Amino acid sequence: MTAIAARVGGIRWTDPKTIGIGGIAVGALAFWLALPPLASRTAVLPILLGILAIAAGIWTWSREEHRVGGGAVAAGVLGIVFGVLATRSSEAHLDTVVVWSALLAATLRYATPLTFAAIGGLFCERSGVINVALEGMLLTGAFFGIWGAIWAHGWAPGWEWVIGLITASLAGMVMAAVHAFWAIHLKVDQIISGTAINFLALGITGYIFIDKYGDTGTPGNVADYGIPDVHIHFLSNWYFVGPIIGQLNLMIWLSFVLLIATYIFVFHTPYGLRLRSVGEHPRAADTVGISVYKVRYTAVIASGAIAAMGGAYLSLGFVHSFNENMTSGTGFIGLAALVFGKWRPFPTWCATLLFGFSSALSDRLPNAYGNQWGTLFNALPYVLTIVAVAGVIGRSIGPAAAGRPYEKQ
Amino acid sequence: MSDHDQELTPEEVVPAGGEPSPQQHFRSRFGGLSGTVAPIVTTIIAFLMGGLVVLFTGKNPWKVYKAVFKGTGLNWFFHVGNHHARIPFSTHKMWFPWDTASVAAGNLQQTLLLTTPIILTALALAFAFRCGLFNIGGQGQYTAGVIFAVWLGSSFVHMNPFLHVVLCLIAGTLAGAVWAGIAGILKATVGAHEVISTIMLNWIAYWVGSYLFGEGGPLQGSQASIPISNDIADGAKLPVFWGIALLQGLSIGIFIAIGMLVVYWIVINRTTLGFEVRAVGFNPEAARYGGISVARNYFLAMAISGAFAGLAGALDITGWEYRIGENDIQASQIGFIGLAAALLGRNTALGVGVASLLFGALINGTSGRQLDPSIFRPDLAGNLTTIIQGLVILFVGLNLGGLGVWLKKRRKPA
Repeated sequence: MTAIAARVGGIRWTDPKTIGIGGIAVGALAFWLALPPLASRTAVLPILLGILAIAAGIWTWSREEHRVGGGAVAAGVLGIVFGVLATRSSEAHLDTVVVWSALLAATLRYATPLTFAAIGGLFCERSGVINVALEGMLLTGAFFGIWGAIWAHGWAPGWEWVIGLITASLAGMVMAAVHAFWAIHLKVDQIISGTAINFLALGITGYIFIDKYGDTGTPGNVADYGIPDVHIHFLSNWYFVGPIIGQLNLMIWLSFVLLIATYIFVFHTPYGLRLRSVGEHPRAADTVGISVYKVRYTAVIASGAIAAMGGAYLSLGFVHSFNENMTSGTGFIGLAALVFGKWRPFPTWCATLLFGFSSALSDRLPNAYGNQWGTLFNALPYVLTIVAVAGVIGRSIGPAAAGRPYEKQ
Repeated sequence: MSDHDQELTPEEVVPAGGEPSPQQHFRSRFGGLSGTVAPIVTTIIAFLMGGLVVLFTGKNPWKVYKAVFKGTGLNWFFHVGNHHARIPFSTHKMWFPWDTASVAAGNLQQTLLLTTPIILTALALAFAFRCGLFNIGGQGQYTAGVIFAVWLGSSFVHMNPFLHVVLCLIAGTLAGAVWAGIAGILKATVGAHEVISTIMLNWIAYWVGSYLFGEGGPLQGSQASIPISNDIADGAKLPVFWGIALLQGLSIGIFIAIGMLVVYWIVINRTTLGFEVRAVGFNPEAARYGGISVARNYFLAMAISGAFAGLAGALDITGWEYRIGENDIQASQIGFIGLAAALLGRNTALGVGVASLLFGALINGTSGRQLDPSIFRPDLAGNLTTIIQGLVILFVGLNLGGLGVWLKKRRKPA
């Protein structure tokens, strides 16, 4: 009887995992109720719901579902803290900050370079090569993307951004090829060569930028021939959805395509299986005839091209200019998202959305609460990643052979 | 690491099982990091390639490097003559072979001021390296030291000067130790990769620092629109023994840094702690078997390593900066320069000292303050420094022996 009651609608309602996921949802609800459009003014509601979420989390934890349970506890605590904070601040302030459609559109804009960086890193690290050079590859893409577009402006009207994307990925591939050669053939420590790439990218892009555009900066008309936005006309008048996805940059849509393609490639094709086996147990892969070096070279160079596209989006599709060190940590947030998402495409994407959301929020917080809180908010992705590697919400463990050079026999 | 370690054949480096043992893993990571010829060759290669970059921009590399060298103030040592120098902290004068008030002397003071924190952040890297850990978080630990030194330095205005400066230095050191200790604890208890956690801690320190000293932040100074902290009290400043304090004269911080080089050498080579740290670095499994607590040494190595970097931050504040701005926190690269210096110096005390002087001189010589803009744009030269730094890191980790093995294999038909 209980077994039947517990399986209504094909979901096992009393399963610890279901309860835990419900706890996470309730924790999020605790915060959401205090925000516009509902904007509940009493602090009792978020506290009650938060406690409910924590209770569900503890119950789940005691049933050996540590990851979901820990998540529910964390969601409950955060729900209480942010919910009470929100009920304490004035409604006018909340309305300025929390404009859901604008926030979500900004989230997508901020998450896209992170997605490209993280997916690039996913290919690289899944093949067993640690990539702390994502930041440098992103920066390289940002500079050479805009450089290519400006260069093409004279002779390829209408195609500038395509050529910009091509030059960006080529430059990213060159950087990645250096990393690959050093890490795979010369067997240098991968963190050392990655750090070196970061410095080289910073120095080279800064040097050429000053040399070419130093006094005036990149031309102001880049916005006219940057990566175009995609207008979906029939959508743009829809309530709520229209403002979010009615007018997104092409690269944002490309990042969705890339994400799905990556998932299918890595987990549902023989090539993906080879990639993963090389990253987990290269000796075994070698024994069955997979060329470890070839797979690793391909993966690292592909990661350079993908990360560089994210950089090109930053310069050509988002801000339409270039500045020295303009990525300032974006690549590292991408790396953080990869670790947070446990080297899997969709969880990684969720992490980039979360980090993008925190960036979007930190952009809007100063409007109501002053500069400094927005600044502090920028640290959130890194704090969450520390928590993730510490194993509070299920531990993040990377591919087994990551960081170890392979020696053929 | 003796020379014998270099002569292992590839078959010995990775056993047939596929998984290299921790010891062999360590050697594959850091095997290229010994000897003195390779660092010198690396430096020459990096400067030659930097010269090529200069050549591409249509400038004469020889002239540029000469101007940079002049900016470093190292030419001061070549101008021997009959001069008098004031004995530090007194009014007496004595005969001295060099002119202590020349332009070159001023440049040299700047170079040594920059060398001071580079030595310490490099030691931070080197100490962790010796334990087999890669502490890439020197920058964050440096920032932690800076924050606490500024906070305490600008707080107790009427404190005894000696106690005040010592308090600042100790607080900065401890802050760095705690910041790195977080990564150490995570490594020791749950095995979290120290590279990931220290990178994250770097960026947390970056944003916390920006928050504290930014507009409206709790440690912002009394001028509301300027994101800079208050000056530290006069009592919290280190004595300047060469040059004028107002013009960034050389403080006694450089002696503290050199002293730390000695401390590092003694701790690593002559104490039980150093022995255990090195044992864990060479082979954690063997160390565990020998009764050494690997977890405890991971934590201690990280904390001590962070202490060096934190002291670097405190010395910068008490030695010459006296205040810190949001921009300074965001632009600082000292921790990463220390990384390059530690790698180039092969993690030995003497090597770190020499490499730090090289980088301090390079950065000072290419700074806007020292380089003659009619010869080379200083903002270009700053990027040139970054390129050279990247090249040094790229080539110094290179196991030249490994390259030889690879070339030999190439020539053999398969």
